[in-house]
Amino acid sequence: MDTLLKVKDLEVKFALRFGDLTAINGISFSLNKGERLGLVGESGAGKSVAGFAIINLLSKPGYISEGEVIFNGRNMNSLSGEEMRDIRGNEISMIFQDPMMTLNPVLTVGTQMVETLLAHKRLNRMEAEKIALEKLEKVQIPSPKKRLKQYPHEFSGGMRQRIVIAIALITNPSLIIADEPTTALDVTIQADIMDLLLSLCESEDMSLILITHDLSVVSQVTEKIIVMYAGKIVETGPTDLVLREPLHPYTQGLLKALPGSLQPGSRLNQIPGVMPTLTDIPLGCAFHPRCERRDTICEVETPDLINVDSHDRMVACHMLGR
Amino acid sequence: MNQSLIRFKESYLLYNFKRDRVAIISFIILAFLILIGVLAPIISPYNPYDAMNIDIMNAETPPAWVEDGDRDFLLGTDIQGRDLLSTMIYGLRLSLIIGCGAVLLQALLGIMVGLVAGYRGGKIDSLLMRMADIQLSFPYLMVAIFISAIFQVAFGIGRFEQLAVPLLVIIIGLAEWPVYARTVRASVMREKSKEYVEAARVIGLSQRVIMVRHILPNTMTSVLVISTIQVANAIMSEAALSFLGLGMPVTKPSLGSLIRSGFEYIFSGSWWITFFPGFLLVLLVLVINLLGDWLRDVLNPKLYKG
Repeated sequence: MDTLLKVKDLEVKFALRFGDLTAINGISFSLNKGERLGLVGESGAGKSVAGFAIINLLSKPGYISEGEVIFNGRNMNSLSGEEMRDIRGNEISMIFQDPMMTLNPVLTVGTQMVETLLAHKRLNRMEAEKIALEKLEKVQIPSPKKRLKQYPHEFSGGMRQRIVIAIALITNPSLIIADEPTTALDVTIQADIMDLLLSLCESEDMSLILITHDLSVVSQVTEKIIVMYAGKIVETGPTDLVLREPLHPYTQGLLKALPGSLQPGSRLNQIPGVMPTLTDIPLGCAFHPRCERRDTICEVETPDLINVDSHDRMVACHMLGR
Repeated sequence: MNQSLIRFKESYLLYNFKRDRVAIISFIILAFLILIGVLAPIISPYNPYDAMNIDIMNAETPPAWVEDGDRDFLLGTDIQGRDLLSTMIYGLRLSLIIGCGAVLLQALLGIMVGLVAGYRGGKIDSLLMRMADIQLSFPYLMVAIFISAIFQVAFGIGRFEQLAVPLLVIIIGLAEWPVYARTVRASVMREKSKEYVEAARVIGLSQRVIMVRHILPNTMTSVLVISTIQVANAIMSEAALSFLGLGMPVTKPSLGSLIRSGFEYIFSGSWWITFFPGFLLVLLVLVINLLGDWLRDVLNPKLYKG
């Protein structure tokens, strides 16, 4: 299979008054054409930052301090602003969390779709409108012709997220980065949207990076999973394997915290404590203060990400096999 | 086209307008005044700019219903014997032209500066906003006195009379652009952090497109509201300048210069020369302000009156 995206030792820092904060601390992964990857972790783990780093759109004061992102054989860090703009929205699209906020309230949906197309393709307005119509049909919006002329406030939340997806799809990108695309929606619509995204990825042969904290969504949609904690990858591998037999205590904790496995009336499981803030990440394994299985070595030495079996299964934990 | 008409008919704006009597009356009066101003050459009984029409013997004729009044001059005549009604209609026209022109200039300058300052931030922002502060620290009367004095010396009074209208537009426009710049900058900074701007960047749109096509339309509400009030302000400024003798010359009087020319005669009994133009000016500015207040209340739901 062809590799579409390769992230190598990516390190993202935020330049602040009192020094640099490391938001992402050397993550590496690769994504094949048509493959779907889930990026999981609590809020603050650096998932969204990783998404923005890939399209080189970190807002100040964030910057990529080390490592490289190679997309389709091109090193994204060395591209000019112009070349980068041509990739964004054209070859890589992004979907955000809140569809209420990501559409411009004063422009019609059609205008926003056409504008995206015209920014990247040599088309006239008529052709662009035709493509926009097609895409609206593809995301299953009823009476798309009428809907093109409407403003975002005339749509419901789920419909708006469909529009956002249609805009993301409009240039036939090869990669979609979806940053918590269903968090702001209610559960039934959430399932609809995820199904839609999945079927679109399959029919258009697109790759997907799904950033979320919702493990059930990840298990539904993705083939590969990366679990992040405090800016580092703690566990990665094929989704079904990782979720069936989690090896890292953090992944185990996350899975245990799902309310599905509980009897009614019993207390919810949770991982004690909170994720450390980036200003004071503990020495050694960043997870050790919350870990049930910690040992003295965890407090001093940072565990490396090591291969555990033939599938690209990797875990960063000292206690593995003990 | 048809659809936007339907949209307008169903809009909250129109709904609110229909239920607000003050807004309706103000709108009718304003529309009437604008119509008169636009159609001045057709409506007014005399052409006050035409010296052939003016007879000095008719000077200071009182209004028609007063004793000694003349049926030919409904509101009387001024000290030069011009029909006051006609002169007022032409003056209204000039006041409106100068008011709207000055506001257009203000808006153009202010929106550009505000947009760039708000979007770029940092040093450019500081520089532009300090310029605005400096501009605001000069009273516009002082600026006006400077400019018109320099102009009159440089080109002679004759040229000044010809170019008085564009000159006043520039003076008033330059004096008040920071009002727009500040308002637009504030809304741009608020809009800039919203997610749709981020989304537009992710789509790969250029900065200019994001600024002009995405952020600017979202700041138009506040621009619309201050525009109404600024038109009223500009008309007042013009009247004030003319009253001080720095604005429109007596040969081409605006409402302000008419008030001034009659002011000297008010105690000798010729009250109408000042009273009628003054009343018209107050009416015009009042209805514009009332409409502006109404618009602000409608467009800003946070400001409901208790």
